[in-house]
Formats: sequence, structure tokens, C-alpha cells
Amino acid sequence: MKILKERFPNHSQSTLLSIFSLEYQKRIKRTISRHHAPDAIESHYQRYLSEAKARPTAPVLLELANEVDLSPALMARIILDRFLQGLEGGVPSKIVLNSMLKEPSLIPDQMLANNIYQCTINDCCYGPLVDCIKHAIGQEHEVLLCEKLKERNLSFLDENQLRVMGYDKTPDIILEVPIAVEGHIVHWIESKASFGDDHSHRTYLNEQFWSYWNRFGPGLVIYWYGFIGELDCQRDRGILLKDCFPTDIVTLSHAAQQDRLPQEPE
Amino acid sequence: MAALLESLLLKKVDNKTVLDWLKNNKEDDRLAFREPAVTVLKQEFVPFILNFLRVQSSQALTHGPATPAKTPSRHKPAAQTQSFSDKRGSRSAGGGAGSRSASRVQLFSPAPSVSPGTEWDAAGQSGSFNSPPFTPGCSPASRPSGADRRSNQRINLGDYMVSPPDVQNSPSFQSQKARRRGGGSMAVGGQGKHGGWRGGHQSDERRSGRGGGGGGGGGGGNSRISEQASPPSVEQLNFNNLEDFPPVGSPISPPASKPSRRINPTPVSAERPHSKPKTCFTSTPFSESSGPSLIAEALEGPMTVGSPPSLQEERELLKREKTKRAQQVGSPLSSSLDPCTPTKSGLRVGSKVTPDLQTPCPEPFKVTFSLELDLLAELYCTCISENLVPNIFLELFFVVQLLTSRSPHTHDEEEQGSLCVGNTDVLERSYLRQVHNCVYFAVKVLENQFQLVSNLDKCTLRLLAENERVASFSPDLRDLLTQAQEGSTAKLSLSVPTFIHSVPFQPATDNRSNFGSDRAFHIFKKQRDIFYEVLREWEDYHKEPGWSFDPALGSRIRGMMSQLTSAGNHSHFARLFLKQLVQMCKGPSVNSSPGDTADADLLGMLGADSLGRLKRLEERLIQPQGVAGPCPPPSFPDHQEFFRDFLQAASCCQLNQHLQDSLCQQLLQLDEVSILSPPSIGEGEGDLEQQDEKQRFTSVLLLARLLAKFLGFISFLPYQTSERPSREIQEAAIALRSKSVPVLDVCAVLSNSMKRRRTILTVPWLVEFLSMLDFIGPRLLCYRTALGKLLLLYRKMLLGRCGEMCYLNKLLMVSVLGWLFQIPVIPEDIFFTNEFTEVAKLEDGITNAAGLDCIPLVDQQLLYTCCPFLGEFRKLLAAFVSGSAAKSGGIIRKITPHFCRPEGHAACQQVTAETAGGP
Repeated sequence: MKILKERFPNHSQSTLLSIFSLEYQKRIKRTISRHHAPDAIESHYQRYLSEAKARPTAPVLLELANEVDLSPALMARIILDRFLQGLEGGVPSKIVLNSMLKEPSLIPDQMLANNIYQCTINDCCYGPLVDCIKHAIGQEHEVLLCEKLKERNLSFLDENQLRVMGYDKTPDIILEVPIAVEGHIVHWIESKASFGDDHSHRTYLNEQFWSYWNRFGPGLVIYWYGFIGELDCQRDRGILLKDCFPTDIVTLSHAAQQDRLPQEPE
Repeated sequence: MAALLESLLLKKVDNKTVLDWLKNNKEDDRLAFREPAVTVLKQEFVPFILNFLRVQSSQALTHGPATPAKTPSRHKPAAQTQSFSDKRGSRSAGGGAGSRSASRVQLFSPAPSVSPGTEWDAAGQSGSFNSPPFTPGCSPASRPSGADRRSNQRINLGDYMVSPPDVQNSPSFQSQKARRRGGGSMAVGGQGKHGGWRGGHQSDERRSGRGGGGGGGGGGGNSRISEQASPPSVEQLNFNNLEDFPPVGSPISPPASKPSRRINPTPVSAERPHSKPKTCFTSTPFSESSGPSLIAEALEGPMTVGSPPSLQEERELLKREKTKRAQQVGSPLSSSLDPCTPTKSGLRVGSKVTPDLQTPCPEPFKVTFSLELDLLAELYCTCISENLVPNIFLELFFVVQLLTSRSPHTHDEEEQGSLCVGNTDVLERSYLRQVHNCVYFAVKVLENQFQLVSNLDKCTLRLLAENERVASFSPDLRDLLTQAQEGSTAKLSLSVPTFIHSVPFQPATDNRSNFGSDRAFHIFKKQRDIFYEVLREWEDYHKEPGWSFDPALGSRIRGMMSQLTSAGNHSHFARLFLKQLVQMCKGPSVNSSPGDTADADLLGMLGADSLGRLKRLEERLIQPQGVAGPCPPPSFPDHQEFFRDFLQAASCCQLNQHLQDSLCQQLLQLDEVSILSPPSIGEGEGDLEQQDEKQRFTSVLLLARLLAKFLGFISFLPYQTSERPSREIQEAAIALRSKSVPVLDVCAVLSNSMKRRRTILTVPWLVEFLSMLDFIGPRLLCYRTALGKLLLLYRKMLLGRCGEMCYLNKLLMVSVLGWLFQIPVIPEDIFFTNEFTEVAKLEDGITNAAGLDCIPLVDQQLLYTCCPFLGEFRKLLAAFVSGSAAKSGGIIRKITPHFCRPEGHAACQQVTAETAGGP
């Protein structure tokens, strides 16, 4: 992390962290299948069992994860899964699995619980702790967005209100009266507390942004931790990217005074 | 008819009598003149006049697309004058005064009632007549007759349809293409297409006309060139014999109205001695021999090429046969024949401006026959003013073509002089052969039809006013045009690339409670996204070469349809589909107020939307404007194409049914929309309100037209065939389909609209609906009646008369109706027969009903939006301008200044340059 900061002094730490996290996730995604193969699981499990026996106090599982280059939290999940299978015979439910990962004290095996706990707190990108942090950051930015909107006196509906009304897909914010940002109409705003790289942006486009467009027209996505500039190529099609709350906002009442908007919808 | 025209030209009949007769639509259609025995039917005389003018001018018109131009009559060498009079002599011996009519190429084949000596009967009865000119190796006698005859005819007719492309290949036809109606070249592009048959039989007609001249008239003994040069006769078959000539023709045969055009002399040459008697028509391309020889003719002009002796013999034989027949058959048959209206113009025709080597500058003092031209112009104008022609804009287009004609001949003026002297037959004189005469005639007509002309768009008026020919022939007309141009407001509505908007999600109709199950709700969620994904993909790729809809998107769409079906979500999707359709295709000017359009235009001109401008510029450069003629076939422009292709790819009957239901309901609702009439004059506020109402009307009309087109498309989709089905199939289909209820009761809608004087709203959308008819549709009683009604309405809608309807309202109606009568699926004979009108009657309006017809609702903008083909005038004139510039060493501007403004060219060019350089 320090090296990164020295290399890119112009970027904030959180941006770098977000990019690092994304890259790490990508790498893990590329290799994860290798560790999910039944024989790989078995061999990991057996290694964990033998090493834990040999050195009961050492963080063997964490070391194992680092050794095979797998996210510790994911390694913990694999091993726990395998352990529960051995215990109950069948495939354990996801709920049980997740709750045990979140709360290792629920794990019947004391030693395993210790190891799992070490893994989850030592993982910077995966695991319940990270998820929790991410969620909190996301919430924080959504709240930030709402506050900014309120500051500008723009009325809007948030996700929860929209769900109640029966919308099938909902962005974070729908503006009750559209605004223009840099000459582009914006009906909705989605807040992303992460860095927008091509991979994640493509996924978001397909799963979220286009769906919003399909229902609410053109809108704005805020990647609070920045994004790759070239991705902002759908402006004319109705998806605008920003890395902060826009300053150049034209509201409808202003528009009336300033002649017509260049892109006023026909 | 010919006799009537001849008498007119010889001043034997008072012009006024004839004009009055033409104007009078109350009394009998017949005009008796000269001798009581000879009467003329109006519905025969008018096509004859139109035909006559086309033939006359065919030589001069080498540019622009095809108005219903006809057989090009080639050079008439002085030497041939003799043969002409010979011909006359022989014919008058046979048939008397009227006989000549048949010797001309007729755009509208005349009914034989007037011409006792015509050959129709001969042709109709002797099967052998069909083939000889084609097949040197097959003597007329060897042709089967009797029972076999009919089938042979079919084969021949069908063969014709295949042949045009062959003919087209020859370079010499390039120039002719322009003159011919679009059909021919359409056939080149793709014969299986809509209207392909028409193309086929048009050229068929053209060629056979020529052949007929030889076979039927006195030309048989002449050299080959004389065959081509002489005004050829058309063999009239016995149209009345429905057995022989089914009204709509078999898939291979054109409608009965034109069975006569089957004789083609061009392939008959010594170069093709190996043709097989029957199959050769399809299998042997004509071009091989005909092309070069035609070129030779065109180039050599008067230098005559001898025709093959075998042909000559045949012609002689035929001539004799014909004369015999002509003598036998003396009495006119019933008048309810099917004359043809081959005025239909097809698709775009390739050649825009023929590169002329030398075009003589037309000069007023070189005009010959000015008296006769005046008379012809007056006759012609009367036909136009009285709506006796099927499409007034087509005629106007023809006139503008004459105005801009570039006759390639400069060297034969002396010859012309000798012709004038030598040619004693008033009908054989070439009135419109010289460019001077053409321009003179055109200017006369334009002067006469000034009111109509003045309603064209500003740019067209400007081009007309600046046309040096107009200026030199009639400074008055130029001044009038300049004046009119200042008053004109209409600009050509450019199709503005609209920013796509999605259909908003409405909780009221779209949330879970509107679906039967969670599953249906979630499936629809996905489908909405797929639909837009497909739309976006189409947007991105559809203009790329090699991309086609079905392979790229078809399977995804069909997958979606099967999902829809399993979830029962069709109604939801139909709603989404229609809403999106309306959003994207409703028309450019709908949402902006009238003041804004000008500003937006100006803004666009200055490159505000630079990307769009650049794109348009690119399109222009890639695809220079071709003049397509004033009667384009129905089309689905811009985004409409997506929706059409989507429906075709989906081919989902459930979806279509839901769409139909919804479209019908919406259309009938729109049709009922109330538009307020203007309040009493003098109120300042009234103006604004009136503007709003007008705006609302525009919006409703454009929307209704869009919906009607799609309703028509979906409704007739199951019956669409690429070719006109055979008569048997047609009969069966009519019998079958007349039992089921049509999707929309067009007659009731139309009657109701007439009664309530709301035709200005109803007719334009009905026209869109009917333009989607399949080949059999027009023959079904309900649509036949509706078409008949529309026809009667058209005839009644005289622009020149002050009626209760406003001029522009009428102009819009006349324009859309005229267009409808010209599109391929509408039978050609519709205009000059009673078949359609006899089942129809016009409802009188309820006098106290405050209808829409009397409110000035239509403006030029709307007129041009509904009838984009009116822009063809501008293109034609602009092409002429660029052509002359090229000639005088200037640059050909491929980008025509579509925003021509009084500021002048410099400004325009500057803007163009800026735009080009901008992004």
C-alpha cells in the first residue's frame, strides 16, 4: 500500500485501496476455481488437519491461505464447508455457513474456530468484516448523496420508498423532477462507493444501469472513488459518470430562463 | 380520343367545348363531337392526353426518375415521314378516323370504343400475335391457338417479368431508365419485392408498345429503326374477356389491364437466331443484342439500321392480319374496360442527371408549335385542376422534369424544321421533342398551376425562381415565384435524429399487482431489459454493412417471445412496445411549438448538435441524393424499421393480436379527438389558442398515421406475398377472406368521418393503413368500397375551387390520396374504371356539424412531414442546377444546400464547411 501511495501521490488512499481491492478480487476470481476442485479442497483440508495437530497455537490456516495464494476468508469458507460436511454428512446450508463465518464461536471445533477467526480478520478484501465495512461505506455515501440533494433543494425518492411503490428495479435515488448535469438530463442517481474500472462497470451496466435507463430514462452514476475516464462514453445515450456530486446542475426552472437546454428531450 | 385531340389541334373542335366538358362532372361522361357516332369518354381521354404528353416528351426527358414516362420514341429521320403517312393511309382505310389512337404508345391503354379499327381485337383473338416479334425462328402460324392460347399468353407475360433485368443490363438502358417509371429498375434491384411485378410489366409495356407499332400498324414494312421510332401502337386485347384476362393477373402476369404489352421487338434481331420458341423468353437475356443496337440507334440517330428480314416478313404478315381484323371488328365494345394507369412510379431510379454532352440552351424564339402547345397546356392543366389525373404531384413532377430536360440533340434542328413541314399528321408532330418546346410547355403549365406550385416549400420555390429557363421564358412567373418564396415558410422537415427515451416504469401499470404471479412479474422485468438491449444493439449496428436483423437479434427476440407466452405477459409487452414506438417514431415536429422549429433548425444549422450534423453530412457524402420521384413506395423510415423488423422476427401471433387490439382502440380514440374551431376573428388570445389547437391536431394526425401504418402492417402481414398471386388464388382468397371480419371497419370510419366533416384527420391515417394492404386486399369488398370512396373524394377535392375546405387541407388530402393510388399494391386500373367507385358512394356532410375540414389545420410543415416526397421537386431542381454548374466548369455539389435561404449560397457553403470541419 505504501508503495502504491508513493507511486501515485495524486490519488487518494481510498481510491488506491478500492482499485487494489478490485484487482485483488479479479485475481482471486481467476484462481478460485482451482481451489474449489474437490481434490484441492480435500488436500487443503488434510493439510490443515495435520498442521493444526502439529502446531495447535499457530495460525496454520492463515499461513496455508497465504502459501497457496488464496484469500484467507475464502480459505476459511472452504475449510469450514468441508468440516461441516464431515460433521453432518450432507451439504451445509449457506445460512449456517455464513453465520458461522460471522460468528466463529458457533463452530463446534474450538481450534477451527480460532483459525477461521484469524482468517476473516486478516483478509482485506473478503469476509464478513470487509462486507460490513463496504456496506457501511456504501450507506455513508448514499446518505451523503441524499444530503447533497437536500442541500440543493431537489426532491427525490430513495430506494426504500421506491420498493414500497412496487418498482421492480430501483436505483439509489430517483429525482422527482429531472435535472441537467453538464447538459445531460438526469432522472436517477446511483451511488457507488468504489472505483469504476472496466470490469465492474460493465457488470453494473448490464445488471443495473441499463435497467434503470430502461425504466427511468437517462441518469447519473457517481463513483465516489473515481473511475476510468474512457468508460464515460455513454453520456449521449443517457448514462453519465461522475466521481463526485455534480456542481453544474441546471434545474428546470433555471432552464426556462436560460433558453432551452441543449439536450431537452423531444 | 386521338381523333378528339387531332380535331382540337386542327381547330375543328372548339377548345372551350372540350374544357367545359372536362370540367363538368355532373353530366354524362361522354362527349360527342364531329360526328354523332364518335363519342369520347372522359376516363379514356384523360389517360390518352397524359400518355400523349409522355410519349411526346420521352425523347427530351433523359434525366430524373420516372414519371410514368413511356416508350422513348427515337429519332424520326426525315426519310421516315413518308412511311408515316403511308401508315396513316393504310390505317385510315382500315378503321376510319378513330383508328389512329391505337397506333400510339399509350400510358393508359385506351378503351376501344372510339377506335373501331384498333387492333385489340386482333391481338385478343389471335394467340399467334403474342410471340412473333420475339422469335424469329417461330412463325406466327406456328403459334398454337385456341385452347392453348391462354396458357401461352401467361407464359409470355410471366416471361416478361423476368426479362426486364436483362434488358437493364445493357448500358443503353441507363438513360432510358430515367425516363421509364421506376418499376423497371426496381426489378433490377430485387424482383421478388413489392411491386416487382409492376416493374416487370412496365418495361414490358414499353417494349411491347414498340413492337406493337410494327406488328399492328403500318410500320411493319419499314426498317427496324422505323419500328422503334414510330409511335408504336399498342395491341389491345379483349379486356372484357375475364377468362382470358383476369383482372388482377396471375402471379406471373400483370393485371388484365395490360395484357397487350407483350410484344417486344428489341430482341428480334439477327444476332439471336438460336432462340427457342417458348422458353427463350426466360432463358435468353435480351440485353446481348438489344443493348448495343439501341446504343447504335441512339448514337447514329437518323442513320437507319436495317432490320432483319425475317422480322420484316412477320410484321407484314401481322399487319395484314391486323388490317383484316380491324375491318371485321367495327363496333366499339363496352366502355367498362380496364384501362391501365401505369403512372405508378416505383423505387428510386438510379440515374439522376445524365451527363449530357451538349444541351442547347432553351430559347423562347426557337419554340415551334406554340399555339398547339398552348392548347395542350390548357388541356393538361384542366386535367390537373379537375383532379382528372391520378396524382397531381406526379404530373407536376413531370412538368418540372420537362422544365429541366436536357435534350441531347442539338444537331438536328434542321431536321426538326423539315419535320414540321413534312409531317402533316398533327398527332405525329413532335411537339415536345425540342427542349425549347418542353420548357415552353412546362412554363405554361407552371403559370397556370401557380397556386399549386406556390404551396411548395421555400427552397423549391427559390430554385424555381432562380431557374434561368423560367426567367427567360416567363419573367412574370419568376417574379411571382420570388414573391411566393418570401411568403413561404415551409422547410423540408429533416428527420431529426431524436434522442431515444425509454418508456418510464409506471407503478400503476407495471408493479407486481398488475401481474398474475411473481414469476410473470420477474420475467417481465427481464424482458423489458432484453427489449432495450436489443434496441440498443440495433441502434449501434444496423447501419453497418453486412449486419442484418434476423441473424443478429432474431433468436434473442424469439426466445423472449416464448418466455412471454409461458408467462402470459403479452399485453404488458404490447403496451411497452407501442409506447416505445410512439416515443421514437411519432415525428420530428410534434413536441416543439411552431416558433421553436425555426430556432432549432437554425441551431442545427450552426452546428450546435455537431455530431448529428456530421453524421448527416457523412450520409450525404456516402449516398448522394438521388431523385426518387414523387411516388415512393410505403416505407418504414428511421426507427420504424426496428419495430417492423422486430415484429417480423418475433412473428408471434399472440403479440400481434394484442397489438392489433390496442392499435385499433387508440386509433379510434384519436379519430374522435376534438379540435376546436377558431374563435371569432379579432381576439388576440384566439391566435394562441388556435396555434395550440393546430399543434394538437398535428400531433394527433402524425400519431394516428404512425399507428395506422403499424395496424395495417400487422393486419395484412399474414397475407403478404412477394408477388401478385394468380387469378385463381386470388379468387379463392377473396372468397375466403370476405367471410371474416376485417380488423377495422374502414368504410364505417370513412363514412362517419365524411358525415361529420372530419376527413382531414381520418383520410391521412386511413391512407397509411391502406398503403399496407396486400395484393388481394384491395379486391375485398370492404377495402374496394373504401378505396372507391377515397377515389370519389379525391375527384371532388378540387384545389382550384373555393370550397368550404381550406386550400392546404385539400392539398394534403389530394397529395396523400394521389400517393396511395400510385403505390404498387393498389391496382393500377383503380383510377380509370368503375370497379371501385361503383360500390362506393360519398356521404354528404351534416350541414350543421362543426367538422375539422373547414378549419385551417394543415400548414406546410405538416404537409411536408406527411408527404416527404414533395421534397423531390427540390432535389430535381437542385440536380439541374448542379448539372449546369458542372457543364459550365463548376463543381458538382453533392451536398445540395437543403437550407437554401435568401442569404445566398455563400452563407450556405460556409455553414457546410464549418459543420464538416467541426467535430
